[in-house]
Amino acid sequence: MTYESVIGLEVHAQLLTESKIFCGCSTRFGAAPNQHTCPVCLGLPGVLPVLNKKVVDFALRAALATHCTVASTSRWARKNYFYPDLPKGYQISMYELPIAEHGYVEVADQGRAKKVRLTRIHMEEDAGKSIHDAEAGASLVDLNRTGVPLLEIVSEPDIRSAAEAGHYLRSLRVLLQYIEVCDGNMEEGSLRCDANVSIRPQGSAELGTRTEIKNLNSFRAVEKAIEHEIQRQSEVVETGGRVVQETRLWDADREVTRPMRSKEFAHDYRYFPDPDLLPLVVDRAWVEHVQADLPELPAARQTRFVHDYGLPAYDAEILTARKDVADYFEAGVRACPTAPKVVSNWVMDSVLRFVKEEKLDTALKIETWPCSPEHLGLLIGLIQNGTISTTIAKTVYEEMRQTGSPPEEIIETKGLRQVSDADTLQAAIAEVLTANPDKVEAYRGGREKLLGFFVGQVMRATQGKANPQMVNTLLRQQLSQ
Amino acid sequence: MSYYALTIHQAQEKLRSREVSAVELSQSVLTRIQDIDQPLHSYLTVCAEEAFAQAEAADRTLANGATPPPLCGIPIALKDVILAQGVRSTAGSKILEHFIAPYDATVTQRLKEAGAVIIGKVNCDEFAMGSSNENSAFDPCRNPWDTDRVPGGSSGGSAACVAADQACAALGTDTGGSIRLPAAFCGVVGLKPTYGRVSRFGVVAYASSLDQVGPCTKDVWDCALLLEVIAGYDPRDSTSINRPTPSYTAHLERGVSGLRIGIPQEYFIDGMQPEVETAVRDAIAHLQVLGAEIVPISLPHTEYAIASYYIIAMAEASSNLARYDGVRYGYRAAEVEDLGDLYQTTRAQGFGSEVKRRIALGTYVLSAGYYDAYYVKAQKVRTLIRQDFLSAFEACDIIATPVAPTTAFRLGEKLADPLTMYLSDIFTIAVNLAGLPGLSVPCGFDQHGLPIGLQLLGRPFDEAVLLRTGYAYEQDHDWRTRKPPL
Repeated sequence: MTYESVIGLEVHAQLLTESKIFCGCSTRFGAAPNQHTCPVCLGLPGVLPVLNKKVVDFALRAALATHCTVASTSRWARKNYFYPDLPKGYQISMYELPIAEHGYVEVADQGRAKKVRLTRIHMEEDAGKSIHDAEAGASLVDLNRTGVPLLEIVSEPDIRSAAEAGHYLRSLRVLLQYIEVCDGNMEEGSLRCDANVSIRPQGSAELGTRTEIKNLNSFRAVEKAIEHEIQRQSEVVETGGRVVQETRLWDADREVTRPMRSKEFAHDYRYFPDPDLLPLVVDRAWVEHVQADLPELPAARQTRFVHDYGLPAYDAEILTARKDVADYFEAGVRACPTAPKVVSNWVMDSVLRFVKEEKLDTALKIETWPCSPEHLGLLIGLIQNGTISTTIAKTVYEEMRQTGSPPEEIIETKGLRQVSDADTLQAAIAEVLTANPDKVEAYRGGREKLLGFFVGQVMRATQGKANPQMVNTLLRQQLSQ
Repeated sequence: MSYYALTIHQAQEKLRSREVSAVELSQSVLTRIQDIDQPLHSYLTVCAEEAFAQAEAADRTLANGATPPPLCGIPIALKDVILAQGVRSTAGSKILEHFIAPYDATVTQRLKEAGAVIIGKVNCDEFAMGSSNENSAFDPCRNPWDTDRVPGGSSGGSAACVAADQACAALGTDTGGSIRLPAAFCGVVGLKPTYGRVSRFGVVAYASSLDQVGPCTKDVWDCALLLEVIAGYDPRDSTSINRPTPSYTAHLERGVSGLRIGIPQEYFIDGMQPEVETAVRDAIAHLQVLGAEIVPISLPHTEYAIASYYIIAMAEASSNLARYDGVRYGYRAAEVEDLGDLYQTTRAQGFGSEVKRRIALGTYVLSAGYYDAYYVKAQKVRTLIRQDFLSAFEACDIIATPVAPTTAFRLGEKLADPLTMYLSDIFTIAVNLAGLPGLSVPCGFDQHGLPIGLQLLGRPFDEAVLLRTGYAYEQDHDWRTRKPPL
């Protein structure tokens, strides 16, 4: 029998607010342990949480970017469980009334678009970090992360393969980065993922028993673990067994999932509304304000790039994968409106290659570019109007990158202007032909491939400044005489 | 008259006229604390050193001639669930026996800004859970009028220390009657403000949706003044309400003429101590003589108040007390095998039996499968109870009832039966569920010389009306001039 897999993802995204969700402590990653703490996030007796409004702004951005319905009233709830890195013995989260529901994410999969529906989005506070292997006989607790705001984004079971889960997660990550609410760094844990996986006979409408897989901290882990789990469940069913509903941990070293011991997760979180916080009321004005502030989203921008600039879908997808790259591209086009495709080529080849090599794109925003988009646009304009050749343009670009000077200035001071004067070129060609009588003879004898050699020689004689089209035409004329 | 016996307003006068210095006043109170600590045991921590420093500062302020802040040099005690920076705060529990608060509660800060001298931390039931003070993890506080009897709870120390002149005034907390009941048992004035009127920041939480800080004082004027100082919006408490604090002392003398006083039939029940009923009815009759109109009213859902209170309070408590786990601060059990054992043993040894009972019940009512039947239901009852009050307040301006069905009972009398103990709060609990203000004013003594309390309830944020009614009654009686036989 062939099986269809049914997958839903629960994603935790750390929000990029300056301070924590319920106190004023910094959210910055990498400080000395327990540096960013105060009585509130330490859960000392008597403290009370006060909501950081920025967190709601960020949640609303995400909710609107994923086409969710925003709840006019949502409620904070306490999720009760004991763990040393959870100082209050409960996590403040949302349960019965989340801030947003019923959205979707457009998943890009090599040109094909698919919508994965979202069940809900809610805000919650992160727990601290337990370190079990640093010191023998002791566990260490770092509470810097305690109270860092998280979004939990729960998808419907709309995903049908491990690869599709990867595509969904990537699209969601791009989206969250795009609206600047999460840096999407899976290694540092600012984006975390749990997967709910079940299988069912192809064509069946009923859902099979699902397992929940935890500890997926890379795209590879998500895909591998789901693949493995589908395989495992198929084998269980084929050998006459039944899938047990349970939580399983992905073991990245051995590439298997294993059931979590029952002690590793609580059975009953005893959710109830948090009496220390008022219901969260979000009025229309607030939603509209956030909506107005939202940038054009990647899916829409991609379509517009294809439509308005005539870019291939491939270019549009790459250029819109980051907001800053798309902004850069469009600023370049503004400086050279006649050749968007050429701008796209330059951004993808020269600019992005450099950005990747120099690792300038590891932060959420690229702060340093090889050159300004305006200068890049001007440079391309100079190619278009014949002032320089594409080859010379590469040299000018290198100079722009190193000095930051505008392209015209570099061309003038270095004397790189393209030579398009017919007399000068004729003279140069004549010299080359005179110097290579044997090759001229061979060409005329039918070895027309030698044209390239002559072009090269002329370019060399003019330090690359000769207009290549003119050189070509003039060479052909002289050789055929 | 000894300085320690002064009310706040009497002390204010003597301090401002320099008849007594703040240091002398604090010294007098500290001596009084020490002299009758046996058998009273109202204090858990006495802050002599800090108190003298604060009193010296107050004397400097008083000496420089400008108008001093309202509580300048006045010794005030804090219930031990209210944090004061650098001072031990046990909340009456072994689990916090050595916990030194690293910050001031908002109310503590406001007292300090008003020039008060924080004289010490007073006894209470563990985590404010109890009606007799016998649930304190340390020796229970005794009633100054009869030291074989309880002072009431949970703010027993707050009421006892004021009744016994061991402080000019005190702050307590009231979750189901915890200020009003001990105030009535000890013969002092106690106020539970409207929920949200006073900040809860820095107050060890018992049941967050019910807890409120309030004054325990020697008379109504002091109560009004102390409320004025501690009330007001606090951005650190999301449940505190952002509205201006009126001057409660300014309108105390306006009288009760024309005021409609509602008398709920459900609050005069069979089995009440007859002297209590008589004293309360006499007090009401006196208010009528002063020009108030008496209106019979009904609060039909009163009988469900105790049941829904205990579900909600215990549910919240079970979660609020989860942080006392022995990991970061407070008591930690020695010799444990693993993490689960650390939690279990620490909490088994660190908490007293009433606290454990409430955590267990609270955990139960929040459990999957029971949540709707208990917690959700209790919240619905709570809404009905609030509606009862709000519709009653269409026919009347305030409501008068007894504070408790009896006067102070003997130590040990109700310990064996928690349910009987819970019934001590039968007249006070609904007010917390409804979030309304409630004032307890002395209105007589029983044949054993034990004080009786009159309870006045008001609309949300109508503390001023309660205070002026209490004041009008108090001015015509001399109950407050009687002193316990210590």
